[in-house]
Amino acid sequence: MTLRKPPLRDVHAAEGATFTEFGGWDMPVEFDSIKVEHRAVREEAGIFDVSHMGQIEVSGPDADELMQRLTTNDVSELGHGDSHYSMIPDEEGTVLDDTVVYRLPADHDAEFLFVPNAGHDEQMHQRWTDHRDEWDLDATVHNATDEYCMYAIQGPDAPDLVNSATDDSVLDISKFEGEYAEFAGADCWTARTGYTGEDGFEIIVPTDDAEAVWDCFDCQPCGLGARDTLRMEQGFLLSGQDFDAEDNPRNPYEAGVGWTVKLDTEFVGRDALEQAKEEGVEEEFVGIKLVDRGVPRHGYDVTDTDDHVIGEVTSGTMSPTLGEPIALGYVPTDSSDPGTVVRVVVRGQSKKAKIASTPFLNDDQ
Amino acid sequence: MSFEVPDDRKYLESHEWVDDADDTARVGISDFAQDELGDVVFVELPSEGDELSAGDEFGVVESIKAVSDLYSPVNGTVTAVNDALEDQPELVNEDPFGEGWMMEVELADDSGLDELLSAEEYREQIE
Repeated sequence: MTLRKPPLRDVHAAEGATFTEFGGWDMPVEFDSIKVEHRAVREEAGIFDVSHMGQIEVSGPDADELMQRLTTNDVSELGHGDSHYSMIPDEEGTVLDDTVVYRLPADHDAEFLFVPNAGHDEQMHQRWTDHRDEWDLDATVHNATDEYCMYAIQGPDAPDLVNSATDDSVLDISKFEGEYAEFAGADCWTARTGYTGEDGFEIIVPTDDAEAVWDCFDCQPCGLGARDTLRMEQGFLLSGQDFDAEDNPRNPYEAGVGWTVKLDTEFVGRDALEQAKEEGVEEEFVGIKLVDRGVPRHGYDVTDTDDHVIGEVTSGTMSPTLGEPIALGYVPTDSSDPGTVVRVVVRGQSKKAKIASTPFLNDDQ
Repeated sequence: MSFEVPDDRKYLESHEWVDDADDTARVGISDFAQDELGDVVFVELPSEGDELSAGDEFGVVESIKAVSDLYSPVNGTVTAVNDALEDQPELVNEDPFGEGWMMEVELADDSGLDELLSAEEYREQIE
């Protein structure tokens, strides 16, 4: 299979980036070092090329109904320029993907833009058009993934850095809001969103202006490696790794994102999720901190203190900020309270660990 | 990018180096290997007294993005391990041929040493 390439792939390669396959894309994983990039985002600012994220535009008289019926959150709460985090479930309530839904400014052609994860854009475009046709809705669904780049500029210095790169004022954009702003002559959707736990912006850039806009931001270039360690420290889910409709099917309550489910709206999977909420879940997505030395990784078993397997690590790393091994994964609800002692099997060796609250950075235990 | 490959070491294709100037040989991983791994965050080393044959796994080095087994270039008994790596695994990145060494082995015999790569041969391998 030919990998999809972000428009600036060769520019990143010339900057010394190394690459990895992710969701069918050939993406920069590291520019300098994951630790250096991670620290830059926590303390100053860094820029990520996240052009592997999908962009689907939805417009037309029934755009609201189509979005409402295919996502768990309540799009009627979104004013123009607002956004929210939401789940895309199937009939059984299993999360197919997580996404951010933006309601674009009133003077824009499309009403909504939503951002599925790498490799899910075609699937979601299909899902939206199939349901539109089935429900006979008047809406246009356009997969714009190949027309745009997406950059995330994140870190405590990111707002000033982004503001100084445009004549428009972006500092008064609130969290989860967006506006169009001009960078290097290009009109870019500029939203105060991100997936690092830091302040900052995600901007969506027409492909023709990819390099000129990338060059507007004088800060540490960062790869997917640092993006992964940053989101893990926050306890944020990674689609396809912390949940996967095929390999690790989870509903939003198990995955710890039940707050995105608005049962007073009508959507595919609503009845299944109402039932799941009433019955309660058997397993929960939790943070885990290793007490012993070792690095937890995807697929490692979590056991109780008698070595019975009770769950599995879905993401893990050595936290660059804490210098401690951290993991995310699923355990039974009766073992999910922070402080519960468990064990993680690291390459055949049982290591002492405990359940921790997330974000790990706020965990004062 | 060019990597340091000191002439006074011998190398394994799997990127370990050995300094066998004395009867006790010192072992570590190469500059190229540490760069490929990226930020080293954990090193698991053998115990003093462990007997190793050339080609045996003697430990594991983990970076944020990868796990890699370590292979012994020599036959012998482990006489020392670099305890500093427990708290400062980053020494492997910072000084792979010096402070980032991993173990010392009292050689049982010289067998196998001739089969190791010279600096020149190793340089060709990583180019």
